[in-house]
Amino acid sequence: MISNQQNTAITAAPLNTAIEQKAILSYRHAFMLVLKRDLTIALRHRDDIINPLLFFVIVITLFPLGIGPEAQTLSRIAPGIIWVAALLATLLSLDRLFKSDHQDGSLEQMLLSPHPVFILVLAKIIAHWLITGLPLIFIAPLLAVLLHLNEQSYGALMLTLLLGTPVLSLLGAIGVALTVGIKKGGVLLSLLVLPLYIPVLIFATSAIDTAALGLPYSGQLAIIAALFFGSLTLAPFAVGAALKVSTN
Amino acid sequence: MWKWLHPYANPEVTYHLTNKLLPWLSALAAIFLSIGLVWALLFAPADYQQGHSFRIFYIHVPAASLSMGIYFAMAIAAFSSLVWQLKLADASAAAMAPVGAVFTAIALITGAAWGKPMWGTWWIWDARLTSELILLFLYLGVIALHSAFEDKNLAGKAAGILTLVGVINIPIIKYSVEWWNTLHQGSTVSKLGKPAMSLDMLWPFILCFIGFSLLVGVIISLRFRNEILARNSIRPWVRTLVSQQSK
Repeated sequence: MISNQQNTAITAAPLNTAIEQKAILSYRHAFMLVLKRDLTIALRHRDDIINPLLFFVIVITLFPLGIGPEAQTLSRIAPGIIWVAALLATLLSLDRLFKSDHQDGSLEQMLLSPHPVFILVLAKIIAHWLITGLPLIFIAPLLAVLLHLNEQSYGALMLTLLLGTPVLSLLGAIGVALTVGIKKGGVLLSLLVLPLYIPVLIFATSAIDTAALGLPYSGQLAIIAALFFGSLTLAPFAVGAALKVSTN
Repeated sequence: MWKWLHPYANPEVTYHLTNKLLPWLSALAAIFLSIGLVWALLFAPADYQQGHSFRIFYIHVPAASLSMGIYFAMAIAAFSSLVWQLKLADASAAAMAPVGAVFTAIALITGAAWGKPMWGTWWIWDARLTSELILLFLYLGVIALHSAFEDKNLAGKAAGILTLVGVINIPIIKYSVEWWNTLHQGSTVSKLGKPAMSLDMLWPFILCFIGFSLLVGVIISLRFRNEILARNSIRPWVRTLVSQQSK
């Protein structure tokens, strides 16, 4: 909230002081302010962090119950299950990326602030990933043990999650930004975002499968990294444009 | 060129242009389709391997390539509406989305109907089939986003952004799906590679293709005309038009 008050102060202040203050609030400063603000808010609503994680764990527990406990079957389908559960957990947590900010009006203040929307949006997305993506990565090896994932695949699992979950947050942010103004945006969001997640899913699971065979999987990782950098540079622009449409 | 193009930014002028074009388009579509389909379904020689079931390709292939072509056209319209703020481009994108979705569905259904006697299964996770299915999801997403907004102008902008994001993603999805398929299973069924067609088969195919493209043109023009009327319903020219027609 602090950043917003400062931003509104800037827009309200006379021009010369605005220029002075703008010099103080550099891009890096603005980025850090938004990041800190989002992290603080998230840490005060811990269930927002814990619930998607619980969802991730429960979904993964359901699969052995539905399919049967044979270790061989489970280890064959473990990469797919973990990744699909990660997609769904991310999808579930996306809603809080812009919704509360949109409701209390601070989103509009951010769009009105003199800083480029790109930087503010990027900070929000990175905060979202730190809150939801990173815990998934920590908990994933534990669940991989439950699913009898091949021992050679753990490195690939961690690396694909590390590179892939930011892509999920970045692409998902576009969907949230488009649906934030709509009342029943939740189901619509999954319809918009899930088809865009398909390439990440394909390359991540194929990297893990390749690692299980003891073959090099750097090719798949390179493609996921390319997807990451591509979406890192392009997605914030789309999010900014979509937010301007949504807040109108 | 701009001078020539400028009047068409006005909805009224474009409405009357569409009105003039429609009978021509419909007549041409009817001629091409009736000749092409009759030739293709009754007179073209049967394939020596696939028998008569190959004839579904005269519908399947035009539908499949039009499904991709319409998405591309939609992306161009979305781009021009976002960059140059052309409201009519928005209307045309809105007119195109459901048509594209229906043609994607036609391609999938006719493909399944062909696959059952030939491959012995309705569905196979072949790369082309999968990417066509994902294309259908993208279309449905655009349509759903369109109908979620009450304000048509906002809906057009939001759907435009989604269309552009989708058009960047389509090649990525297509190649990843192809790669996924070759990795996961050795190809049990060869892809529907184009058979080197004899001219007896090729001519009706070309006629059908042109006919279906014209049909798409007709349907989109009809929907486009409707969109223009719906979006300008408070304008005086629409009111006089309606009062003239109701007399």
